[in-house]
This record gives sequence, C-alpha cells and structure tokens, in this order.
Amino acid sequence: MSDNSAHTLRIEGLCASAGGQEILQGVDLEVSSGRVHAVMGPNGSGKSTLAHVVMGRPGYEVTAGSVTLDGVDVLSLAPWERAQAGLFLAMQHPTEVPGVSAAQALAEALALRAGNDSPGADQLERTRSLLEAEAAAVGLKAELVARPLNVDMSGGEKKRNETVQLAVLQPRIAILDEIDSGLDIDALRACANRIEALTEAGLGVLAITHFTRVLEYLRPDEVHVIVDGRIVDSGGPELAEALEADGYTPYLPEEPDAGVAVSIGGLGSTPAVGTGASAPEDPFADPWADPLDELG
Amino acid sequence: MFSPDLADALDGSDALTKRRRAAAERAVAAGQPSFTEEVWRYTPIDDLDPARYEFAAPGGAAGPTGLMSAVDDGAAAVVHIANGAVLDVSVRADGVRVDTLGDGADDLIGTVAPEGPDAFGDWNLALATAPVAVSIDPNAVVTGPIVVHVHTDVEGLAWFPRLVVMAGRTSQATVIEHHTGGDALALISPLTELSVGDGAHLGHVTVQELGGAAWQIANLCSDVGRDANLRIGHVAMGGDYARARIGTDMTGRGGHSEIDAVYFGRGTSTLDFRTFQTHIAPHTTSALLFKGAVDDYARAVYTGLIRIEADASNVQADQTNRNLKLSPNAWAESVPNLEIENSDVQCSHASSIGPVDADQRFYLESRGVPTDVAEALVVRGFFDEVLDVLPSEQISASVRQRIDELVSDADFAAAL
Repeated sequence: MSDNSAHTLRIEGLCASAGGQEILQGVDLEVSSGRVHAVMGPNGSGKSTLAHVVMGRPGYEVTAGSVTLDGVDVLSLAPWERAQAGLFLAMQHPTEVPGVSAAQALAEALALRAGNDSPGADQLERTRSLLEAEAAAVGLKAELVARPLNVDMSGGEKKRNETVQLAVLQPRIAILDEIDSGLDIDALRACANRIEALTEAGLGVLAITHFTRVLEYLRPDEVHVIVDGRIVDSGGPELAEALEADGYTPYLPEEPDAGVAVSIGGLGSTPAVGTGASAPEDPFADPWADPLDELG
Repeated sequence: MFSPDLADALDGSDALTKRRRAAAERAVAAGQPSFTEEVWRYTPIDDLDPARYEFAAPGGAAGPTGLMSAVDDGAAAVVHIANGAVLDVSVRADGVRVDTLGDGADDLIGTVAPEGPDAFGDWNLALATAPVAVSIDPNAVVTGPIVVHVHTDVEGLAWFPRLVVMAGRTSQATVIEHHTGGDALALISPLTELSVGDGAHLGHVTVQELGGAAWQIANLCSDVGRDANLRIGHVAMGGDYARARIGTDMTGRGGHSEIDAVYFGRGTSTLDFRTFQTHIAPHTTSALLFKGAVDDYARAVYTGLIRIEADASNVQADQTNRNLKLSPNAWAESVPNLEIENSDVQCSHASSIGPVDADQRFYLESRGVPTDVAEALVVRGFFDEVLDVLPSEQISASVRQRIDELVSDADFAAAL
C-alpha cells in the first residue's frame, strides 16, 4: 500500500463507551503520513480503548464524534474494511488463532487488496517469503511465522510478529497498542527501528504507550497525554521527557475527598469539551475505575 | 424389535447359530430402548419405529468413493460390503487374511464383544449377515491400509455390519472402515471389534458419510494388549441420527490408546458420541480428542467416561471435547465423566461449546481479512489439531478439503 501521496487519520470529538460506561470523552487527534504521534496516559485513561474503537473491535459503542481516513468515514466500515483502507492495529495482547498461519491470513488480505477473490498458491508463497524476510529484520525465527498465529509464542515473539505483519501489510496508518510491553530492550530496538524505517517511507504512526522508553527509539514528532478519556496535553518530544521526570501526577485530579472541584491541568482542555450530554454525571468519579468492574 | 427366529435362518457354524439365538433373546429381553434411559439421553431414540424397516440382505453395488479418493490404490486389502452382503474381497499384501461368514469369521465374532455392549450390539451378533474378520499375522508390518467399504442404499433396510480385526502380536496395520449411503431411509447398526495383540500397533479409522435419512447406531469395542498401541480415528459427516459408541479396554500393562474424532453436523442431523476409556491394567494411558461443528439445525451430543478400575495404578487418561456452534439453531451438549477407583492416577477432562471466537475473528479482520473468510479460517484452524493426529494422512487430507468446502460458502455471523 506504500504510495507517495499523503494520508491523514482524523479523530474528532470521539466519545465511546463499553458496557454502558463512557470511556472516551471527546478525543481529537490527527495523524498524517510520515508522522509519529505518541499517546501516553496512566492505566485506565482510555488509551487502549482509543486503539480498539478506531479499529472497530466489537464491544464498544461510539456515542459521538468521527474518525476519517482521507475523508472516508472509518466508523461505518467493518474492521476488515478499515484494514483494507490502510489502517493497522498492532495489538497489546495478540490473539492466538489455532490452525491459521500469518501467511494464510495475510495472503487473503493481500489478495483482496490486489482485487482477487482468494489467494492463489503464488500469492501464498510470496506472502510467506515477505514474512520470512521481515522476520529476519526484527530477529524473529523464520519458523515462527509459519506457525499458527501467536500460538505457543512468548510475549516478545508475539510483539515481533505484530511488527512483521505490519511491515508486510504496509498500511497507511498504524496504531501500536503498547508495542513495548513484554519486549526486552533488544527486541524493542529491533521493532522500533523497523517501524521507524517504515515511517521514513511514509507510514503514519499512532503509538499508544504507558512508558517513555519506547519513545527513545520511535522518536515521536508529537506527544499527547490522555487522561480520563480526553487528550489533556499535547507537545513535542520534550513533553515525553517531562512525563519521564514528573509522571502523570500534574494531570490527575485532586483527591475527591478534599471537597474541591476537579482541576485538570494542561493546555486548556475543559471537561465539557466534545463530550456533550455524555459527560459523566459524577465529576468525582474515580477515573481509574475499570468500567467493567462496575457492571455487576 | 426383530424376531429372534431371524437369527436361526442365517448361515454359519452351529456354535455361532447358538450364540446368535442367545444374543437375540438378550436383546428381546432388553426391550425397545427409550430416551428415559441414561444411555439414550439427548437422543431421538423414541422416534425409532422398527416397523419402518425390514431386516434383509439384498446386496447390491459398491458405493461412491467420497472421502476415500485414491485410498484404495495403495491398500493392502479392499473389501466391499453393501446392503447386508459381502460383494468382494481383495487381499493384496502378505500378512493379511480376510475371512467371511461360514469361513474363519464365525469363531472370531465376539472375540472382544461376546455380548452387547447394548441391545443393538446383541442384535448385531444375532443378525450380522455379512461379518468380516481381518487378521494381521504376528510381526507383520502392513504398510497400506486395509479398507472395508460398507454401503447402504436400499429403502427401508435394516442390517448389521460386523467387522472383527485381530492384530497379531507386534504387528502393525491400519484398517479404514468407510460407511456410505444414498438417500435411503435405512437403519444400519454396525459393530466393530478390535483386538490389539501384545506390542501391536493398530490404527482404525471410521469414515461415516451416510445420507440424510439414514439412522446409524454403531458400536466399537476394543481390547488393547500389553505394550500395545491403538489409535482410533472417527470422522462423522452424515446421517439423520448417527450414534457411535466407542470403547477402549486397556487390559494389558503398558498399553496406550487414542481416540480422535472429527464431526460436522448439518441440516437436521443428530450426531451422538459415547466414549468409554476403561483402564483395567496398571501403567496404561489413554487420550481422547473430539472436535466438531454443528451448523443449521444440527445437534451433537458427546458423553464420555474415563473409568479407572481398582487394580489400574499409574494410569494417565485425558479427554477433551470441543464444539463449534455455527448457527443459532444448532445445538451441542458435552458431558464428560470420571469414575476412579485407584488413587495413583492422572486424569483430566475438558469440554467447550461456543460460536466462532470473536477475538480470533477480530484479529484476522484487523489484518484485512473479510469477516466470512476470517470465520472460515478460524473454523478450519479449529479442526487442524485433530486432523493432524488422525491415523491416516490421506483421510485427514480429504476431510480437510471437505471442511474447506463446507465453510467457504457458509455464513456463520448469525450464530454470534
């Protein structure tokens, strides 16, 4: 899918809930070709939800806002159509798919992209060679890409395998959901170097992460801080350095039992922006509570 | 259901006739089976109307090749049986003997299952018109499979195929039983006996691709000798109601058995499996893996028992049944059981019933694989684990292809 034209993923006022609980409360972000955006936030801030909602994982409801890729309404597309349109999600916990190899799956996707109903033997063979070449580039054993997807792989192997598939599929915009978790430093460097090379060829990246470590290798153009389902601060790489030094504390609300109004620091985002009627009723609600915990 | 007098009229030795009579009387005494009995729970057995069937042995022509394409080419022996009669027997390798009624088969019938194991088993002994006994010489290593084709295409026919396999001491062989049928409403009640001699390695595969109106009530009984190895494969694709009761008796120290099954229910069919892993001797192991899918309005029932007898110490026995539900109207039930009388054993059982895994589907979709293709890949992948261990690579390959065909056009989204 690599081409020379510029592509833009635009997220505007995105609100989404799971199990009736609002998680994203008005997210605005724009990622274009060749740019690396890091979205950082504490646990429970909605980082992974953002990745899942943009890719269309079942279980989330979009309640407001829009997501477009080059003006095309992404939210109206099935997940596979989003992928075919040029989005890719590298998962935090890649799912084991017994009996299905990466070559089988990616050959189907690539055949469809080439306008064929199903992959022929040559497509399968080409996909297999591409996977093996990319596996070598990130230090993943070649036999692992022939295995059923993610089955009997270590956490690090799964993440390398996500990077391998990303490189073979060559999407326009890639969302990396905590690509760094479970990776040792060598694997992290290998994966990040491969992704950085892809960005130099035009890939746009939305890297979701908890820690700044990965950003030493991915080198973001912009860093965003997400807290309680909203982007509360944005800046250059220096913002990541500030986070490294101070953590997320400056962005977090006061203890609710202090009896004062919640104040959210940063660049002037106010709690009401973009959330409309879906703003939480209780401004003192624990922003770290897992919404799924409260369902029962 | 049938008259014991029918047994008296059949060919065979006097000793066999006497045993037939006794079996018929046991079956008559047992009466008509009912779903109120635990062994027929979840089954449509009350729909069985014996008056719809006539016991006979008209014979006929061999059935279609079906899933057995090219298997006969490399076979060590090929037997064709149709509608209650043996059509032909062709033995092509040394070390293999095939006997029929009035020949060596009479004395071998009942080696493993002298009675039962249920009323249909007794009816089978009483009324088997075309029994076939396959004997593997001791120490013989038979490379090609021994293939027994069993075909039923006579409307209203009831009959009782019987196969006895005697695997001699330290022999090696694989027997494939292939059951086919047309659209005929027929009742087929086969019984297979596998006697695995000390140190022998026997593979046995049943490939069931009956027509949509056929009722099959099958029994497989086996006896695994000292240090012997029995691998049973079962492929169930057809039938209106198809039941298979499969038992492995681990009677020799050091014996190992495996039962692996693949099933795919469609239309309104009911597939019913009952398994018995019975450990009688110490230091025996058994493993069981049943994987199936139900589509349309199909039903599948799995009931399995691991039984460890008091003298059977140092036993390991595992049992796994997994079901994929591909349509909202399909139904599956899984009932694993353990009965353990010796504390020095390791047993496990697991079962599951569910639709295509949503996370697996989403993962593939997130790579750009369309929903229907993703689901087909997941369903195919689900069967891989068991197809990899069936004791015939040729059968695995043809079943894999059949499943590909079944899932490539299907729309499973409605089940989710």
